[in-house]
Amino acid sequence: MTPVFTYTKGMTEVSTSYCPGCTHGIANRIIMETLEEMGKLGDAIGVGSIGCSVTAHQFMNVDMLESAHGRAPAVATGIRRAQPDKLIYTYQGDGDLASIGTAEIVHAAHRGEKICVFFINNAIYGMTGGQMAPTTLIGQRTTTSPEGRTIEQAGKPIRISEMLSTIDGAVYIERVALDSPAHVRAAKKAVRKAFAVQEQRLGFALVEFLSTCPSNWGLSPSDSIKWLRDNMIPYYPLGVFKEPEGLTYDK
Amino acid sequence: MTNKLFFAGAGGQGVLLMGQMTAYAAMAEDKPVTFLPSYGPEMRGGTSNCTVVVSDDKPVSCPLIYEADAVVVMNVPSLLKFESLVKPGGKLFINSSLIEQKTSRTDVEAIYVPTIELAEQLGNTRAANVVMFGAFMRSMGIMSMDTCEHVLEKVFSGRKEKYLELNKKAFHIYNN
Amino acid sequence: MAEKVLMKGNEAFAEAVIRGGCRFYFGYPITPQSEIPEFMARELRKRGGAFLQAESELGAINMTYGCAAAGGNVFISSSSPGISLMQEGMSFLCSAEVPCTILNVSRCGPGVGGIQPGQADYYQMTRGGGNGDYRIPTFAPANIQEAVDILYEAPMLADEIRNPVAVLADGMLGQMMEPVELPEQKKQYSADEVAEYKPWALTGYNAKPDKQRVVVKSLRLQPEALEEHVEKLFEKYHRLEKELVRYETIDLDGADIVFVAFGTMSRLCKEAMEILSEQGIKAGLIRPISIWPFPLEAFDKIDFGTTKVVISTELSMGQMIDDVRLGVCGRLPVKLIHRTGGMIPTSLEVVEKAKTILEESK
Repeated sequence: MTPVFTYTKGMTEVSTSYCPGCTHGIANRIIMETLEEMGKLGDAIGVGSIGCSVTAHQFMNVDMLESAHGRAPAVATGIRRAQPDKLIYTYQGDGDLASIGTAEIVHAAHRGEKICVFFINNAIYGMTGGQMAPTTLIGQRTTTSPEGRTIEQAGKPIRISEMLSTIDGAVYIERVALDSPAHVRAAKKAVRKAFAVQEQRLGFALVEFLSTCPSNWGLSPSDSIKWLRDNMIPYYPLGVFKEPEGLTYDK
Repeated sequence: MTNKLFFAGAGGQGVLLMGQMTAYAAMAEDKPVTFLPSYGPEMRGGTSNCTVVVSDDKPVSCPLIYEADAVVVMNVPSLLKFESLVKPGGKLFINSSLIEQKTSRTDVEAIYVPTIELAEQLGNTRAANVVMFGAFMRSMGIMSMDTCEHVLEKVFSGRKEKYLELNKKAFHIYNN
Repeated sequence: MAEKVLMKGNEAFAEAVIRGGCRFYFGYPITPQSEIPEFMARELRKRGGAFLQAESELGAINMTYGCAAAGGNVFISSSSPGISLMQEGMSFLCSAEVPCTILNVSRCGPGVGGIQPGQADYYQMTRGGGNGDYRIPTFAPANIQEAVDILYEAPMLADEIRNPVAVLADGMLGQMMEPVELPEQKKQYSADEVAEYKPWALTGYNAKPDKQRVVVKSLRLQPEALEEHVEKLFEKYHRLEKELVRYETIDLDGADIVFVAFGTMSRLCKEAMEILSEQGIKAGLIRPISIWPFPLEAFDKIDFGTTKVVISTELSMGQMIDDVRLGVCGRLPVKLIHRTGGMIPTSLEVVEKAKTILEESK
């Protein structure tokens, strides 16, 4: 009998702490599956961050470090100096990367650090209970924008992939979404390309995942998927923003 | 026996180098020594000064001084600001090429050194600070002139070696 | 015996820590210690290590966290306001038991303050500005040779105790020059050797003999687990309180006055003691070399039959005096002589103030 589903060796065999319907679990899994398929689990070092991803080290079955809020790219930079031959990645949410961690992400990109950054954008702070993030959409209600986000008060949502694409050291930037099987497959391909960029020492690579947060959006998992599709994708267009010319990798 | 020495002038007059050469000479004679420069915004083009404390035997306890056995001043503001630092009976070395006035102190030994004119005799006014260094070392007698010559050889080596002979002459030229 | 060289404090510190085994430096320019990143930028690459100028001190301490967690021997230096920015990271390093060597070439505060020497970072260094229960062994050398000797031992001490080790110097020590003897280069561990030498380090599990993965973390959401972890940390800290205490005492027997001073201030006190002695007043000195752990035991050596007063002398509004009171433990009056803001008293000023205090204490 052929099994239709197996664990990946890249994930520990425990239940995740992510809420039902949250797409963090999918992002975790496709990153770890990719490392497994590359045969690199034992040569990978992951850096978690603060937010819902703070527990990622319990699920991602590789050497892991849990960093301070926003500092994962600096931590990964340090790891790269001591272990120059390993595959190093960070896993960060939008509060972590796009708010408190902007200095570290911009300068890691600017130095062209040979690291992969997996950036989960769900337009809200999850772990702390649904506060406004820099990525929260105009009109979106959160616990710190109870009337809905306004431009006057908080400006327009920040587009990280577009911003980092202007930096020379960032050589691979792609935004993907986790709202459909086709998009998840595309996301996994983006993860594979990001690791290829690092293996070939081409520069800094980032994949932005548009992700859901049913608990804090106050929506069912299926409505969350629809909300992401109807509201986030129009503002955060999917696609490759930057890719080294002629990038090759084993599929 | 401890010698507390102080050097002051404008940035670029070689004041810190004089202090450092004094410290090198002390070290070469195995004397405990500290060299303390002023630091901060005043480094950028303003006045510059440093303190050197040389001991004969025990380690230098305090690198800071409240009075000096000898003070070297290379420009007028330094004279006005630091002549009071010389202890009674101490020595005050004045760069008379740039300082026309006399010291107001009557209880110290003032030594007027026309550093630029003497350096001009050697054909390069940039050796003025080494002229002063020579006058200072000869008068103080803390370290031997031979030791100081070795220090000059160390300082003016490599790319700067072409200035060694000039500076050796400058070192000995003041002979009053 | 190694040859003596005349070196500027900051450069001697940097050289000593490289010879002590450090291979990595992450820093950000700040007066009065910018010679250190400049020195590291020149030296580390050609000596088998790496230098990186971080985007901020926050970046620097977190690069340190990553690099040291991956087994690198890291040195990090800054001055007071920069050290403030690193405090969050230090709390993480202590909790995760990741070693590194830290140097604060301190200046004056509060705020951006000034760039002249100060000792008002005593609380910052001994109490820690970061959150939670943790300790960082901190040494306060008084001359460049002593600083070199401490910084030379610091990287291996940090590895051994799996905790940051800190040195508190000040702008004067960093900027001055003194003759120093530099010790021999210690072994530096390569990336390949780390997995064996530091089994707790992030190397990717393939490099580990047991192929077991490693997690470096400080998060423990279960109170029981966090309490157990912190208790375990403090078993170590309590052991270090005994093992790492270092101090110097001078002329305590028969003293009228006992000064307590560290670093630059202790050198002023030594000269003040000579002047007082010429005036017929016997002054002794307790000089803490480790400021955490603070040498409480040194205070038991005070001659309580003769000594009238203990004077904490500081370049701050009086911070170490809290620890001095703990050491004296009510047995004598404790007074303060201080200057702050970058002002340094002359030894004569210390003498005059000490005489007044002695008169008042009789």
